[in-house]
Amino acid sequence: MQTTTLPKLYGMGAEFQSAKDVYEAAQKIRDLGFIRWDVHSPFPIHGMDDAMGLKRSRVSLFSIIGGITGSLTALFLIFITSADYRHLVPDWFPVTLVPSYPLIVQGKPFFAFEPSFPIFFELTILLTAFGTVLGLLTLGVLPRLNHPVFNWDRFSRVTDDKFFIVIEATDPQFDEVKTRELLHELGGSQISLIRHDP
Amino acid sequence: MRTFDLPAPATTEGLDLINRRPLVGGKRKFAWITEHFSQIVERKAPFWWWVAVLITGLIASLVPLTLAYQVSTGVGVWGLNNPVFWAWDITNFVFWIGIGHAGTLISAILFLTRQKWRTAVNRSAEAMTIFAVICAGIFPAFHVGRVWFAWWLFPIPNANVIWQNFKSPLLWDVFAVSTYFTVSLIFWYIGLVPDLATIRDRATSKIKKFLYGLFALGWRGSNRQWSHYEKAYLILAGISTPLVLSVHSVVSFDFATSVIPGWHTTIFPPYFVAGAIFGGFAMVLTLLIPCRWIFNLKDVVTDKHIDNMCKIVLLTGTIVGYAYLMELFIAIYSGNPFEQWVFLRNRVADPFIFGPLMNVPPAPYWWAYWAMMISNVIAPQFFWFKKIRKNLLLVLIIVMFPNVGMWYERFVIIATSIHRDFVTSSWGYFSPTWVDIGLFVGTIGLFTFLFLLFIKFLPMVTMFEVKAVMAEADPHYDPKKKTKKTGDPLVDNNPQLSGGAH
Repeated sequence: MQTTTLPKLYGMGAEFQSAKDVYEAAQKIRDLGFIRWDVHSPFPIHGMDDAMGLKRSRVSLFSIIGGITGSLTALFLIFITSADYRHLVPDWFPVTLVPSYPLIVQGKPFFAFEPSFPIFFELTILLTAFGTVLGLLTLGVLPRLNHPVFNWDRFSRVTDDKFFIVIEATDPQFDEVKTRELLHELGGSQISLIRHDP
Repeated sequence: MRTFDLPAPATTEGLDLINRRPLVGGKRKFAWITEHFSQIVERKAPFWWWVAVLITGLIASLVPLTLAYQVSTGVGVWGLNNPVFWAWDITNFVFWIGIGHAGTLISAILFLTRQKWRTAVNRSAEAMTIFAVICAGIFPAFHVGRVWFAWWLFPIPNANVIWQNFKSPLLWDVFAVSTYFTVSLIFWYIGLVPDLATIRDRATSKIKKFLYGLFALGWRGSNRQWSHYEKAYLILAGISTPLVLSVHSVVSFDFATSVIPGWHTTIFPPYFVAGAIFGGFAMVLTLLIPCRWIFNLKDVVTDKHIDNMCKIVLLTGTIVGYAYLMELFIAIYSGNPFEQWVFLRNRVADPFIFGPLMNVPPAPYWWAYWAMMISNVIAPQFFWFKKIRKNLLLVLIIVMFPNVGMWYERFVIIATSIHRDFVTSSWGYFSPTWVDIGLFVGTIGLFTFLFLLFIKFLPMVTMFEVKAVMAEADPHYDPKKKTKKTGDPLVDNNPQLSGGAH
């Protein structure tokens, strides 16, 4: 007799029919103290972060770092390429090594904040946007084209009209029998084991 | 569920007072939204689409043809000459950039102000933004003359050891427009990711599954992802709002910081921004009303959506009209003879009424000024009437006026100010050449061509956001429970009206 070893277990998933059902189930799973689990839905459900006990997203941290980088980049870019600051360099330093390209235009000062503002502003916005996207990709662990949940045939409905809760096998409270009972009790259907790729 | 089978109220007017009317009509389910918008992408393209793509593609080919001729011959093939060195090229640039602004307004400003009706139209409006900015970028890039040196506009170290003049509004423009394009593209793409995942999950062919899957980044709708996603989207909306206001302000600085009478005006930044939103919304309506008919979007792009957009056209059109009149008044009131000259003798003086009244010869461009006034100030005033806002054909006809009028506005500002200025000996007149006309017509073709490609290959409505504003998306939604009795059986028995999700 031939025995096939099944691929490693990833977790257990259950399907829910409405946002309300999955929301209420998530609250109970949170209260039971599960850690490694997730709710999947076709659209963001209002209040689900609280229902899952998630902390505030830290994408904003990436954004502000991006924004500050943008402002400083613009400031240095404009200053280095248009201000005449060679007199600020100490005498012992060879002045020819200092990058400075003062450009005389219409008798205006080489550097001033007022005309520099539009470019400060635009680069701040640009790098904030880059930072935000980087934050989303980093914290959301994207792109990740391959994931065990995609091995579950029901799961393709997640981008259509169904709601799912997946509890990972690595969660300390995970137990194949008890978790199945729990998900059933919470109103989940199509409860199945999800496995890694063979 | 008996209540779902009740007929929809014959009229939902007046229900606003009790409960908001649903944003998605026809009592639709989530699956209907997915099915309805995905199948536009999935099924074979209809015959008319191929015809339209072919025609617009041919028109769009005028862009590379005229540009190749212009680059190989010289920038003189445009009608530009002393004293009119800016004419159709910069007019078209400002025109297209302005069109784009409605897209960002819908996606960012209406998002921040929680105008949930935006979900039905934001995807196509953002696409419009991107295609309009692509068309806009062509003009200044080739206007520089030697386009192979256009990279000198960017602060890249070069052998000349000369850096950009950061004090010039033209350089601000380079930064503003390139930032605007990049951020709009990012915003659009981030908004597309969950819907690309929908198409991926429904795809039947391997190549489609791979391509849509690749661009969907492996999205799996996990709430841990949604949490970051919503935050990122909020921040992008937050930064796009000042960005869109800054872009057209910076574009207006191209004129306002100069010393040309007619350009040197402090009213320009808000006036340009209002004009951009005005022209942009007119273009959104121009694209959306035919799409609504062709793709049967009436349950998602409801009468209410069209009505709201007409009101925005009315509001911004009135602001624009105010700016025109204020600018004219200040020119007269200032006592500055050059300002007065530009406004009265280069613009207002027509051969029939105002010219004879002022006892001056007609302005060479009087027809452009009055085309602008009629299209932008008078035409949108019809939107005061609800009957007109409800009649889609009339709406479509009326918004054609701002579409044309906003082009005239930029032409009036640019050409009439510089063709007859301080020194009589340097007066001139601008007439476009066939290259000018060909390039402009080509960009209209390019814009439509890109939009047609967009509606075929990408979901034109943000499916996940439309689902999220439906009553059933609310985690406290209960079809059996009435949140409050209104006494009106039509409301109490209709889950979408009484379900409590707002």
